[in-house]
Amino acid sequence: MTQTRSDTESDSPEQTSTGMRLIVPLQGIVHGRGGLILGSLIPCAMFYFLQFYLKRHRSPPSEKPPPPPPSPSNSAANVAELPRTLSRSSLSLRGSAGHAHVSSRADSIARAGDSPYYVGLDRVLEDRYDELNNPNGIIQLGLSENTLSLDLIEEWLSKNLSDSILGGGLSISGIATYQPFDGLMELKVAMAGFMSRVMGRTVSFNPSQIVLTSGATPAVEILCFCLADHGNALLVPTPYYPGFDRDIRWRTGVELIPVHCRSSDNFSLSITALDQAYNHARKRGQKVRGVLITNPSNPVGNILTRETLCSLLDFAREKNIHIICDEVFAGSTFGNEEFVSMAEILDSEDSDKDRVHIIYGLSKDFSLPGFRIGVVYSSNENVLAASKRLTRFSSVSAPTQRLLIAMLSDTRFVEEYLQTNRKRIRTIHSLFVAGLKQLGIECIKSTGGLFCWVDMSRLIRPYSEKGELELWDKLLNKAKINATPGLACHCIEPGWFRCCFTTLREKDIPVVIERIRKVVETCKTI
Amino acid sequence: MTIEDEQPSVELSKVAVSETHGEDSPYFAGWKAYDEDPYHESSNPSGVIQMGLAENQVSFDLLEEYLEHHPQEASWGKGASGFRENALFQDYHGLQSFRNAMASFMGQVRGERAKFDPDRVVLTAGATAANELLTFILANPGDALLVPTPYYPGFDRDLRWRTGVNIVPVHCDSSNNFQVTPQALDAAYSKAEAMNIKVRGVLITNPSNPLGATIQRSVLGEILDFVTRKNIHLVSDEIYSGSAFSSTEFVSIAEVLEARDYKDSERVHIVYSLSKDLGLPGFRVGTIYSYNDWVVTTARRMSSFTLISSQTQQLLASMLSDKSFTQNYIKTNRERLKKRYQTIIEGLRNAGIDCLEGNAGLFCWMNLSPLLEKPTRECELDLWNTVLQEVKLNISPGSSCHCSEPGWFRVCFANMSEQTLEVALKRIHQFMEGRKTNGGNLNFLLI
Repeated sequence: MTQTRSDTESDSPEQTSTGMRLIVPLQGIVHGRGGLILGSLIPCAMFYFLQFYLKRHRSPPSEKPPPPPPSPSNSAANVAELPRTLSRSSLSLRGSAGHAHVSSRADSIARAGDSPYYVGLDRVLEDRYDELNNPNGIIQLGLSENTLSLDLIEEWLSKNLSDSILGGGLSISGIATYQPFDGLMELKVAMAGFMSRVMGRTVSFNPSQIVLTSGATPAVEILCFCLADHGNALLVPTPYYPGFDRDIRWRTGVELIPVHCRSSDNFSLSITALDQAYNHARKRGQKVRGVLITNPSNPVGNILTRETLCSLLDFAREKNIHIICDEVFAGSTFGNEEFVSMAEILDSEDSDKDRVHIIYGLSKDFSLPGFRIGVVYSSNENVLAASKRLTRFSSVSAPTQRLLIAMLSDTRFVEEYLQTNRKRIRTIHSLFVAGLKQLGIECIKSTGGLFCWVDMSRLIRPYSEKGELELWDKLLNKAKINATPGLACHCIEPGWFRCCFTTLREKDIPVVIERIRKVVETCKTI
Repeated sequence: MTIEDEQPSVELSKVAVSETHGEDSPYFAGWKAYDEDPYHESSNPSGVIQMGLAENQVSFDLLEEYLEHHPQEASWGKGASGFRENALFQDYHGLQSFRNAMASFMGQVRGERAKFDPDRVVLTAGATAANELLTFILANPGDALLVPTPYYPGFDRDLRWRTGVNIVPVHCDSSNNFQVTPQALDAAYSKAEAMNIKVRGVLITNPSNPLGATIQRSVLGEILDFVTRKNIHLVSDEIYSGSAFSSTEFVSIAEVLEARDYKDSERVHIVYSLSKDLGLPGFRVGTIYSYNDWVVTTARRMSSFTLISSQTQQLLASMLSDKSFTQNYIKTNRERLKKRYQTIIEGLRNAGIDCLEGNAGLFCWMNLSPLLEKPTRECELDLWNTVLQEVKLNISPGSSCHCSEPGWFRVCFANMSEQTLEVALKRIHQFMEGRKTNGGNLNFLLI
């Protein structure tokens, strides 16, 4: 099912705006040597600023005394999570005499959890919108999940496996014993076929180059452990998926160097900017081991052109570094542009096989985030060998493997699913974007992903991170909409928000738009 | 411009090229030999019998029977919306119903002598991940954990590889049945100090792998006193708790804590899993149970890298909540393991081989030191190789478990049929006979 190959979109002409004139010099500072200071001051300031905002809106903190003996009869039986131990008071408890130390890695985790990305997700858990039961709850636009086509999978399950989790006649001894940690070969074969279909059948994937992991999250981490040492860095174009900050830096100690993209380029990747960032890093004495890109991009939703991918490969070759290409949204494209996988570029460039590694998974394209299926795909034998060993810490559960072998091998179903899913994403996307347009809000023209990148910069006062946070706060607490603010994605221009729309039904859209409209009104009266 | 062959190849990380995965050790080499020539009753009766894999296959029938008779339990739950909710569920807290079931099951395995709070249960994809996760949380790179020897060879990889944490062995020997002593703990701690290494905790396995024996209550108390004195953590890997041959023989650290009114409990963390007790290693179900709120919260977040499939959680939640099933399973499983143990001990005794007195686990700790020419690691490995190549049994040499006394071997007995176990015992018998008659190479494979 090859899409018609369309010409690559020409870049939109450089646009200058007031915002840009403020940002560019800032950009110059942040990237320069002296920018290291600003680079550390600004996040610190942001952190304290965030704390202030969070304290205002957090659910009543339950400040705990040192943990009492666990007493089952007293503990709350409901789902409410353990009281947040992130507040500063708990930190000081930890340091008091008689309490065994925890690692600095454990510490850094606490701080990461206060990003608005996670705060918003937590808030939705506490107060989720439900048309009937909780009409004033928070509508989730902050989690890139797709529920549009789950009915198709449900249908397949009831037709093929009756309702049994184990799928009827499966005997347990076949799936209970130790399996190869990197996944059953049958599933790798099925997955290779699925990936090929997803990418438009223009490239084929070799099952022996697949390592299965419990989700794309460990896949990314495993690759980072393989490609970079503690203290090394990866270049990452911004804005990027907020989860990377935690997933990559947390345990590997690998740094992420943001490479800023701008609205004037529709936030598309600039090799020049990559080059600059690489050189700046070198001057600082920081070793760059690779570039991490997401294609289709999260949060912008644009697709990298074949040309850009080739230029990226040239760049990586020139610097002798790796490319990690996260293609988890490859099947969630809905425009006329063809999606080109990094694997396809490699097909024609034999010499670079060792430096390109692809991440995939079934959480986005196949709507099964709960089942935990991720893929590390590489032609580098040593990376594969190491990844296979490392995935023992994050293997796919056997019953899930069995279920997916059956599902993914049903190629007719897979084709139907992919096509229908794309159509449905396109429909919701159009409705959502149109709704925003009515409010005078524009989005970056995108053709992939489960979200759109929304320009609310004209609604924020002042035109800064502070203004953006205030708007985020208003959206979350007044409009009861959880959207992800650009600063969580390291966007250099304030006022942008990621809104995921694939958990919405058509009837939800007017509700969402109306709520946003109310906030827009209040912004205009400032 | 640059010709391809002149291009320096792109570098990998230290972790990627490190040998810490340990797969070149004899522990794993034996597995390779088995893979290349696996025993099969009819099609390959002279193949290698795998006695190096601690897997529990003795009670599958109970699981299969349960699933057959409870098809609705193995459903997605809650009717139409069940699948949808399940497919989308990726909350690192885990399914409440499953956490409840795990807490309840853990209590049952301990004869209800300890109670577990579902809110302290953190889920991971297997105990392997749980041990690594705890190490990441409790120690910094360069720090150390004290681990009594002999210990599970996989710890060298699981606790050290990505974490950068060291293991300092706490040496135990046969003079007191390899029990941990305060002196040994102190010695290990001092050794670490002398090397300028910060000790962050002690990691024990109870029941012990590879000893196949439970740790006595008094010893647990001493270990707890030691970690309290040094203000460090205690990780108790209790994945074989359901494999103790009798319920009363196993004392969990949870019981010791309860007896002390949970004083100083925030330094204690328990690892559990369904891979051994329930024989479901393929399902990848492990847990961390911590008495420390901070550790629970942090471990939960970190478990994002190792979540259990929601499908699996759903399936097991029903099964493990069924108390009549679990009670019967636990009891029957213990009985069967005990019987296997008795079979192998008797068989070995008839062959003139002694074992450590064990009361738990899927293996026994066999003493072949009388057979060694010299009490050295080299001689032990020679013997191991002989047993592998000639007797065609893959057993695990004590040196790969860091045992300080050469000549001990771990022999697994629960990962095969009773018939296969008999075959293995016959081979051992004939091997020992052969050595008595001055080491003639009998063809003992004519069974």
